[in-house]
Order: sequence, then structure tokens, then C-alpha cells
Amino acid sequence: MNCSQVDFGNLRFKNPVVMASGTFGFGKEYGECYDVSKLGGISTKGITLEKRDGNKGIRVWETPSGMMNSVGLENPGIEGFLTDEASYLEKLDTRILVNVSGSKIEDYVESVRLIEATPFEIIELNISCPNVKSGGMAFGTDADSAYGIVKEIRKHTKKMLMVKLSPNVGDIAEIASSCVEAGADAISLINTIQAMAVDVKRRKIIFDNTYAGLSGPAIRPIALRMVHQVARVVDVPIMGMGGIVTGEDAISFIMAGASCVQIGTANFMDLRAGTRIIEEIESFMERENIKNLSEIRGIL
Amino acid sequence: MSKILYNKSLTETVREIAVEGSFKGRMGQFYMVRAWDEYPVLSRPLSIHDLEDDRIVFLYRVCGEGTRILAGKKPGDEINIDGPFGKGFPMETGRIALVGGGLGTAPLMFAAKTIRKSSPERLDIYLGYSDEDINSNRFSVYADSMQIDIGGFVTESLDPSKYDLILACGPEPMMEALVKKARPYGAKVFVSMEKRMACGIGACLVCTCKTKNGNKKTCKDGPVFAGEDVFFDEL
Repeated sequence: MNCSQVDFGNLRFKNPVVMASGTFGFGKEYGECYDVSKLGGISTKGITLEKRDGNKGIRVWETPSGMMNSVGLENPGIEGFLTDEASYLEKLDTRILVNVSGSKIEDYVESVRLIEATPFEIIELNISCPNVKSGGMAFGTDADSAYGIVKEIRKHTKKMLMVKLSPNVGDIAEIASSCVEAGADAISLINTIQAMAVDVKRRKIIFDNTYAGLSGPAIRPIALRMVHQVARVVDVPIMGMGGIVTGEDAISFIMAGASCVQIGTANFMDLRAGTRIIEEIESFMERENIKNLSEIRGIL
Repeated sequence: MSKILYNKSLTETVREIAVEGSFKGRMGQFYMVRAWDEYPVLSRPLSIHDLEDDRIVFLYRVCGEGTRILAGKKPGDEINIDGPFGKGFPMETGRIALVGGGLGTAPLMFAAKTIRKSSPERLDIYLGYSDEDINSNRFSVYADSMQIDIGGFVTESLDPSKYDLILACGPEPMMEALVKKARPYGAKVFVSMEKRMACGIGACLVCTCKTKNGNKKTCKDGPVFAGEDVFFDEL
């Protein structure tokens, strides 16, 4: 049975469940635990042009119904990705989204140019990482700069260009519209919500980088609201994410207008969350007599 | 899900839990333990304290929400444990010392048991506790000699020249002092690091350990590292 397949723009996904960037590495580790080719897709760890060591100090902190992270885009750089990680991903029978981040437009362009030669079909343009100073989020918090970077990147790739938005903005629908106007083929949202934690005994901020990104079920209602707001104004497909843990959570995002969903923090709650959520979506469809997810997409 | 055989307190805050089943693992490896459904979101990495044909045993300190929930579980209750993960202590023979501090004694029990089976030339055990002895009596059957220190520095009585291999787990200052003390001698020192973890399998990069050879994943490349790789003098 393959009832949950979806068309995402001109690409067919075997199911709508995609693993979110930063929670799934480059697939290998989870691939040792289960068959990751059953997934709809995998978004890679955010890659920058140059290798990055990431942030110092504590990188993870639990919160009620969620967690904060401050990894700071530790990654092997585009070259390391192409040399050491790409071949494993190429062999998988699932859609690969290459998540690209940076701090300068020239770096994004160079990264995208290098990815253009790979067989991967989707670039997820991360203009929303909150954990790096000038780490992309600056591009994603203002409609004009979002337009500028997407317009420039668009010139350098024929691949599906999906822009990942930050929730740390006033009007996310306006930014989504600017990205689409500049040539984005799809939108993914939301990245983590900028947050903070304090060790009151030591009278210190927990994270060396001051603020960190909040994820998990705590942010789900906000993410759902933002997906709904964006779906009402753009005509490109949307990948919704933010605290999705169950099949029914995923269905709520699809009803709010998402074509696919991404799973992040849930991977830490349950190693096999990806395949479990696919099963839960399909059994919901069965119970509710839904033949194709397009029947319920954006009905709210 | 696996059934709890017992879950008992050793001191006011330290507890030992045994879970029924046929589990795998080498000394120094860990399991991700989850005694709850959705919240807290993260599982807890606990090193293998002991392993028998029908059970796995963990030692833990009740210090937060997760361990409080775990402490409330009764024999017969079921919890999720996933593993083993990580690289454990290296298996060698010769003259071996184990050095544990506080809860760092947790992986050393299984190490002592494993090493004793391999007939080492010598196995000495050094255990340090900040205020009270948690479990030293359990180690004595495996040791040729035992040193117990309460409230001081367990590394002080150790003479590195007597050993080929030293395996340690405890507070970082303890492990660092040990690595520095052993440096002029031939003993190889391996340390088991503790970091906050999320995925437990090497994907999320929140448990990074800075080493001489760049960032390493504590959960996947560790938690056991060569002491000289972790505690080195930065240029």
C-alpha cells in the first residue's frame, strides 16, 4: 500500500514524511537503525561553504515539552559533504534535500553552484539559523533581504529551490511571498524559535551564544499557525514542521496547507519516529477513508 | 519495552535499576533509557553498570525530571531502553588500574568484571567519592587491591608507573589530573566522558567533545577517548 504518496511541485514523494535538517545528520546513523529508504525524504545537516566547528559550551537544554539547541552549524563544509557524505545519500531510495546555509550571499552562491553537479533534486535554502551570528537568519527576517538572496540563488540553480523560513519575524506571510516572487519553488517552515535559558545558581546564561533555538512539541501550535498563514498567500508547495510527533500532528499540518511535513525533535524521542509517523498517517487515512492526502490539504 | 526487576536506592540520591532481558554490550558502552512517553523529550544516556544473561543494570543519580520519573518506577513496570551505543573501553591485558569518581564508578563495575575474566596481570581499583561511599564493596571481588577515598583526591595514591593501562570515569578535573600525572610514564589512559545528549547515535552533534583531532561525537566516537586526546595543552 502506498496511499500517502504526494506530489510536491513536480516531484513525487513516496510519503509526506521528511527528516528535518540538523536532527538526522547525513542519514547514515539512523540508517544503521532502520531502513531510511522508507522515508519520504531526508534534509541534510545544514552545510556551509567552509567547514565549521560549531558553538562552544552547552549545546542542548531541555524545556517543558521541548528542547533548545545551540549547535551552531557544525558541518564538514561543501567539500567534506561531497567527498564523505554524498555517496551514501545517493544510494538511498528517498528524496534528498541539501540544506544550505551561510553568512554571505557569495558563499551561498558558491555552495549552490557546487551542489548543482550532484543528483540531489532539492536545495533547502536555510536563511533562518538562529544559532550563528550572521548565520543566515539575517536574510530571513526581512522581506527585502529574503527577496535579494533568493533572486540571486535562483540564477545559479535549476534544482527545486525551497526556502526555509525563520519564525523569528513579524509577518511570516510577507517574507514567504517575497521568496516566491523572487523565484522560490517551495517553502519550508518553521526553523527553531529563538529562546534563552538561565542557570540561576551560577547567575549565568546557559548557552555561550546567549540565545538558542527552541524546538519540539512546545512550538507546534505556533508552527501550525504560521504554516496556515503562509499557505493562504503562496501558491507553491509547503513543507511544514515544528514539534510533529505523531501521524495526527502531521495531518494537522497538512490540513493547514502543507504538502509534506518534516520531523525533527521527535527523532530524539523515538529513534524510529519517521517510519512510525508514516504508518500513523496511513492508518488515519484508512480510518477516515482518505484516498489521497490532497483531499484534506489546506481545507482549513 | 523491558520489565524492571528492581529499582533500589544505594544512597539518598543514587539508585540502581535492573531491567530484564538479554542485552548486549561491552564495557564503557551505554544505553538510551526512557521511562516515560513524550516528556521530557530526551532519553537519558546511562552506561552499562552490569550485564548478565537475563538482565542489564544501570546506576543513576536522581538529579532532574527524567531521573525522578525513573526513580518512581517499580519492579514489574516497563521502560524503554535502546542500545548499546558508543565505543567502550579498549580490552587489553597487563597491569590495569580502574579509577572512578562518584557516579563515574558506574561503567567501571562492568569493566572490572570484564577485565577480571581476561586474567589480567594485575587489576587495581581506585574509587573516590565526594561525601559517601556508594558502591565500593561491590568492586572488591574483582580487585587485586582497592583504594577508596572520600572527600579527597582519588588520584593522589595512584602511582602510574605501576600500570600499562588506566581506565577512568569521573569528574573532568579528576580525569585531567590523572592524564597529566600519567604523562611521564608509559601507562595508556582512557577516559569516559559525560555530555548532554539528544539522539545518542551520532546524528545531532549536541554532545560534541573537543579533542586534539578536532570535534568528536561523545555518543558515537566516545564516550571513551584516549585521555591525551581530550586533556591536552592548547597551544
